[in-house]
Amino acid sequence: MSTHDHDGGEGPSRRKVLECMTWAGTGMLWTITGGVPHSLGLVDEVMAAEPKGLTFLQISDSHMGFDKPANPNAKGTLEEAIARIKTIPKKPAFMIHTGDITHLSKVSEFDDAEKIISQAKLDVHYVPGEHDIIDPDLKLYKERYGRGTKGSGYYSFDANGVHFMGLVNVANLKGGGMGSLGDEQLAWIEADLKGRSASTPIVVFAHIPLWTVYPQWGWGTEDSARALTTMKRFGSVTVLNGHIHQVMQKVEGNVTFHTARSTAFPQPAPGSAPSAGPMKVPAEQLRTMLGTASVTFKRGEKQLAIIDTPLQS
Amino acid sequence: MSFVRNFALGAMGIVVAIAMSAAGPVYAADTEVKIDNFTFNPQQITVKAGTTVVWINHDDIPHTIVSKTFIFKSKAMDTDDKFSFTFTTPGAFAYFCSLHPHMTGTIVVEADTGK
Repeated sequence: MSTHDHDGGEGPSRRKVLECMTWAGTGMLWTITGGVPHSLGLVDEVMAAEPKGLTFLQISDSHMGFDKPANPNAKGTLEEAIARIKTIPKKPAFMIHTGDITHLSKVSEFDDAEKIISQAKLDVHYVPGEHDIIDPDLKLYKERYGRGTKGSGYYSFDANGVHFMGLVNVANLKGGGMGSLGDEQLAWIEADLKGRSASTPIVVFAHIPLWTVYPQWGWGTEDSARALTTMKRFGSVTVLNGHIHQVMQKVEGNVTFHTARSTAFPQPAPGSAPSAGPMKVPAEQLRTMLGTASVTFKRGEKQLAIIDTPLQS
Repeated sequence: MSFVRNFALGAMGIVVAIAMSAAGPVYAADTEVKIDNFTFNPQQITVKAGTTVVWINHDDIPHTIVSKTFIFKSKAMDTDDKFSFTFTTPGAFAYFCSLHPHMTGTIVVEADTGK
């Protein structure tokens, strides 16, 4: 859709709607009102693509440096994802990156990621994946993205009345376990939320899913229950994760869990393969399994919408 | 602790098993643990003291070898990278991958009786 014209205005014309539909492709839209998921029609889907509330983007698992058969050109697909982000008609407020920026925490990989992602010209809030903290001195991620953060890189900020918490669940993992937040971070989460109004929408983002997707593959966070208990009193909690390189969602009370696609390579559905390793698919299918997500809050409507957009529908 | 740390070089290629002559003490040949599909294979092995265990990563994803008591710890091993460690003290040494901690294994080291 790079040549399409998505100017502003009161609403999309029929032609533009159709163009946007082409772009949205099989991008899935879902929305939560009062904890009940609704699926919306295509036109609603397109309307949501030009929202009035706060919209931000989620990008995940770029794996700069990955060059194995599942995608020999992870750099190229990240470039494609950023090129698409640049064409979104209404500029998102910012972007979050839910980790695994690099494959092996190399300087050149961090450099490549920065070069490509900065082209979106958006502020980016990062959290590390386990692949971002394996340099010998464990310093590259923190030097580049962890300034002003606590512990292994967690922090919070506010935007448009929404409270965002970037958490780290990939550090100091224990043998036999899964992802872990650790006592220090859990105490910080409690302190950070203390005194906040229960009507404040909360968005939590971290690399590994904060709910147990598939323990046999370590897809979960062993001590997330304590954090989620702290968040129970809030009317709207959205948890955004990466790590599993596929879209998954779950609603539990007021908490909506969602994982984003990778821009680098797909991984198999839980239990559908001998392991969680990179999944080789026919070349023509690859881009349908990679992509990004956009998240929108419409103020006053207590409504959240997430659109997952593959690189190719 | 008197463990010898030994990072295998990527260029090392095939690990050569060395058996001492029958006259002297016999050391166990180097023993290999393969990483395939996020699994250590074999998951548990028993070796004589003095044995060097070599891990090799056959996955398309990096892994690490980290002792649960932090006696040994590899760097991140990319595809086909190796890590080796020589076990000189008897005991059971549990280890895991610090990136994917559900991956666990154990090296059981028996005293080398010299026979």
